[in-house]
Amino acid sequence: MSLPILLALFVVSSVIGYKVISDVPSLLHTPLMSGTNALSGVTVLGALTVAALAKATGHKLLGAVAIILAMINVVGGFLVTHRMLKMFKKGTDDGRRENVMG
Amino acid sequence: MSWVNLLGLIFVLGTIWGIKLMNSPMTAVRGNLLGSVSMAGAIILTLLAEGIISLPLLWAAMAIGALFGYYLAVKVAMIQMPQMVALLNGFGGGSSAIVSLLALLGLLGDISTADRLTSGLGLVIGSITLSGSLIAAAKLHGKMNQRPIIFKGQSTWNNLALLATGILFISLLVIPSGRISQAALWILVLSLAYGILFTIRVGGADMPITISLLNSFSGIAASISGLAVRNPLLVAIGAIVGASGLILTRLMCKAMNRSLSQVLTGKTVLISKKPDPGVSLSEERRFSQRKPEADTENQDDFLSHIRNAESIIVIPGYGMALAQAQHEVKKFADILEGMNKEVKFAIHPVAGRMPGHMNVLLAEADVPYDKLFEMNDINDEFKETDLVIVVGANDVINPAANTAEGTPIYGMPILRAYEAKHVVIFNLDTKPGYAGVDNPLYSMDNTTLVLGDAATTISKAIDGISTGKDLV
Repeated sequence: MSLPILLALFVVSSVIGYKVISDVPSLLHTPLMSGTNALSGVTVLGALTVAALAKATGHKLLGAVAIILAMINVVGGFLVTHRMLKMFKKGTDDGRRENVMG
Repeated sequence: MSWVNLLGLIFVLGTIWGIKLMNSPMTAVRGNLLGSVSMAGAIILTLLAEGIISLPLLWAAMAIGALFGYYLAVKVAMIQMPQMVALLNGFGGGSSAIVSLLALLGLLGDISTADRLTSGLGLVIGSITLSGSLIAAAKLHGKMNQRPIIFKGQSTWNNLALLATGILFISLLVIPSGRISQAALWILVLSLAYGILFTIRVGGADMPITISLLNSFSGIAASISGLAVRNPLLVAIGAIVGASGLILTRLMCKAMNRSLSQVLTGKTVLISKKPDPGVSLSEERRFSQRKPEADTENQDDFLSHIRNAESIIVIPGYGMALAQAQHEVKKFADILEGMNKEVKFAIHPVAGRMPGHMNVLLAEADVPYDKLFEMNDINDEFKETDLVIVVGANDVINPAANTAEGTPIYGMPILRAYEAKHVVIFNLDTKPGYAGVDNPLYSMDNTTLVLGDAATTISKAIDGISTGKDLV
């Protein structure tokens, strides 16, 4: 894809992201942050590409490090978000708590 | 549209839909799952589209990263969430920096000026995110002093680092390609240095802003490195994360009465506005000696207030988290509810060390989320409330924010606890909060101070209430 199209994509995504995220209540801001944080590990896509293209051993290693770092970000981020979100429970009328998320 | 682009679009939409589901606790788990599935799809798609799916190096690296990530996510305690997010953030930024660096080194073939621009930017922002986040994580984890580290001429050094990076960055666009690697290395070093300089001067209570900002950076870095390697998925999802971080940064700034430009120029530290920051610690001690001490006779007094109250609002602060008192607080709230009192929780946006931190800690203690109220939703209720119970919060309830012009917290929106009929404060001590401003609420007539470790003092209060109930 050419650079101008990608730049347009950058702008459009930023605007959509801004809209969608504005609706998230402050109650969920920590999981939102760790969730979007996991998404920033999407840079693993770039890391995979450069690691695959690298010829020199040093470059290959750097690429592998980039993949490892990004994957820690992705897996750690999503899992920890899951852990947090599962804790959010709604109180019921009879005072007993049930896990809404099941 | 090719199938690759079509699938890519679907994964981007899946990601956006996933975030959209995050707007309610009922659907948020599904939203997160949708996000992770979209990410897995995007990874597989990239591997297939680039024809690199069979390379063992990639799978080995992914497996190692996934294992580490799994380990971290399972081990981390909820109170450590801020440093966890900061750490992961740093890893993401580091990865983006490496991707941009390798792109600059010509891995993807000859690079145009536009490529140099995007790769260079990715390198700068990624590196700042890496070093800045690691410093923030170290501070939050107590591996570094939480207090701002300030030295003479710091602003000058900050600006110099930024200026030098800028000059190198411009030179990157025009120098012959043979010298790119040298310039890139210097940019890397200077950006890392700037990230460190920028974060060491940030203290504990300013962390919510800093973490949000770094979160935004990591998204922008990913997006820009996506421009560098021409991956539309990376561009789109990175941009969404960048926007998300910016929103949270703005919210946090508003909640602390700071402008984004103040944050961006490194003026995040309240204490740096004092003429000599070195004395701040001893000054705090002096304040604390001057303050009224709570006596034990208060005990019966506040227990009777608690017994007589019908409507109660609990205000938790970072002190509750430090004392790990959230389980006691929950038990206390349950007992009070059992006595047919109405109990609500009021959460200030910057309570804790990251946006929404208090909510997570209370959720961990099984406090149902429909009892947690945002500042703007509950502030009008204080004047009709019989009793406010403060647990480890200070600046966010300090009425001086309305009146004390010239102090760091002046103009910061606060929870109007002082409007309630009575206030009981469970704090460790009467030291001023992070902002260093005395809290007039402490010496008000309708305030009872219960000093000491919140977990202990609240357990005692629970005992007092329960035994009192038996006597009746």
